[in-house]
Amino acid sequence: MTMRSIIWKELRERPTAMIASLLAIILSVTALVAIRNVTIFSEKEVAGKLDKLGANVLILPKNVTLQDYYSADMHSETIPEEHVAELALSGLTGVEAISPKLCVPTIIDGRKVILTGILPQSEVQKMASWQGGMLFKKHAGCKAKINVVDEKGDAPEALAERRALQELGENEVILGADYAAANGLAPGDSLELLGERFSVLTTLPAAGTVDDARIFAHLHTVQRLTKSGEVVNIIEVVGCCEDVANGLVAEMQTILPDTKIVTIANVVETQVSINRMMTNLSYLFLAILIAVGGASMASASFANVIERRREIGTLMALGATPRFVTQLFLAKAVLLGLAGGISGYIVGSVLALFLGPYFADVSVLPIPSLALVATGTAILVTLVASYYPARQAANLDPCLCFKEV
Amino acid sequence: MLQFESVRKVYRKKLDEVVALDTTNLEIPSGDFVAIIGPSGSGKTTLLSILGAMSAPSEGRILLDGESVYDLPINARAELRQNKIGFVFQTFNLIPYLTAMENVQVPMLLAKKNREHQQQKAEELLTKVGLKDRMFHKPAELSVGQQQRVALARMLANDPAIILADEPTGNLDPETKEQVMSFLTQFNEEGRTIVMVTHDLSAADCAKRTLTLSEGMICSEQKEKLLKLA
Repeated sequence: MTMRSIIWKELRERPTAMIASLLAIILSVTALVAIRNVTIFSEKEVAGKLDKLGANVLILPKNVTLQDYYSADMHSETIPEEHVAELALSGLTGVEAISPKLCVPTIIDGRKVILTGILPQSEVQKMASWQGGMLFKKHAGCKAKINVVDEKGDAPEALAERRALQELGENEVILGADYAAANGLAPGDSLELLGERFSVLTTLPAAGTVDDARIFAHLHTVQRLTKSGEVVNIIEVVGCCEDVANGLVAEMQTILPDTKIVTIANVVETQVSINRMMTNLSYLFLAILIAVGGASMASASFANVIERRREIGTLMALGATPRFVTQLFLAKAVLLGLAGGISGYIVGSVLALFLGPYFADVSVLPIPSLALVATGTAILVTLVASYYPARQAANLDPCLCFKEV
Repeated sequence: MLQFESVRKVYRKKLDEVVALDTTNLEIPSGDFVAIIGPSGSGKTTLLSILGAMSAPSEGRILLDGESVYDLPINARAELRQNKIGFVFQTFNLIPYLTAMENVQVPMLLAKKNREHQQQKAEELLTKVGLKDRMFHKPAELSVGQQQRVALARMLANDPAIILADEPTGNLDPETKEQVMSFLTQFNEEGRTIVMVTHDLSAADCAKRTLTLSEGMICSEQKEKLLKLA
């Protein structure tokens, strides 16, 4: 005979009470796991979508304003291209993409166009890999599901919305929608540009911005053709919104003191506020669930103590110490918490697989780390909820076993 | 030796005060068999609770082998109940979801005896009370007499020197009552001290002496057989 066998047999003796307690825990944990699971994947999905809003940090020459950037009128001011390497090698956490650009107005076939040099991300990533740092790696604070550019190869059209491109050859160009339409050019066609022939990699969909009239080519090609030297007009950075809000810009400024670094406030604010709102909402739900689950468990424990008053009195008459009686109830709570936590995790994970796509339009996978959190929370809540009833049981008058006939 | 020194037990409820027990001095030597009789509300069960280290008196001291029971810390009093005192209850108070064998093992579990000892001793005791073939039955599957015998076996689990019995025959038919009293007499002959509260004069006649309680006070002591007196 052990305390464990007493607990086990008592649970089996009162199956209805056991099932009711277990159900309360399982339901709470199920809801907790399902909500948390869907929330985590939703946050990643939202973060991924927010990333598509484009760069949220701009590195500009000192004298260029944000208005110049939006009006694409910053061609006379440049910063050294080596800043890209400095940034890539800095190992700053939260930098997800670096896109340097050099914009040179030129006339081709009598039409004014802005020839824009861009550096493909594969080349920036090569720089970062020399340093072996965190650049472009997801970290705990960043909820984005995908990188700004997919290393496995994004379609070149993605440049329109993501403002960065994974690969671009030195003899390839990408055309803005207006320019392509005006010149009847399509992907695969060839084009003469400042005395050299280029093949059209793709044409961008119309964006209603200055990009529609641009020709994008490799940065080093544009530098060579326009004899600009190793300079750029701007470095667009996509930073993890939490890091941008928490001092990433200041760190960048330390590395690049001769530049002006600005955040696109509304992008960052939207990213941060949506993430915080989702996190807070999920925590609110979790707090309510924990409170409801704890209250159910406390109520069941009180009922159990009342039901077993005579038995507790007998145990005390036979020599049970208050500590033994407390342990008897708390060990039962741990057992129920453990069983409820594990079952709740399994049911909650399965439920999330169905609820995620149905309610939040996100694909959800089980999160193994939630098993520990769910079981730990279930055990902690049942322990806390059972503590006071257990102490009450331990303080019962053992003379009950004589009186309550 | 159990000694009562000017013990009083008073229950207070707001301004009301009820004196449940007001004994002068009482001595119960080792090996004695004392029956306590008296009308309902005379303080019999209160006296048993106090003797059993379960309810502290409002005044006075209880000495067990010279040691003041209620000066001991709560865990030491629990240990006292584990090892020195055995209880027999009118309603047996068996734990309903445990088998006879497991019920007998409970006091040994509380006294931290190992499982092998628990099993061996429980089997031995249940055999002693004639329930070898009912060891794995739950209380609900046993007759009333068998339940009381399980309770007797449980009471003996840690080999107590003192047995406190609260109306041990109160719920039993005459045949089973006789059986239980014969067991108690046997336990007394083995050297255990027995204090038994009862309404049943024939049960009280098995004791070596009988104390009569009235309104919380010991009003008489007989050493003769009560039924003869009646």
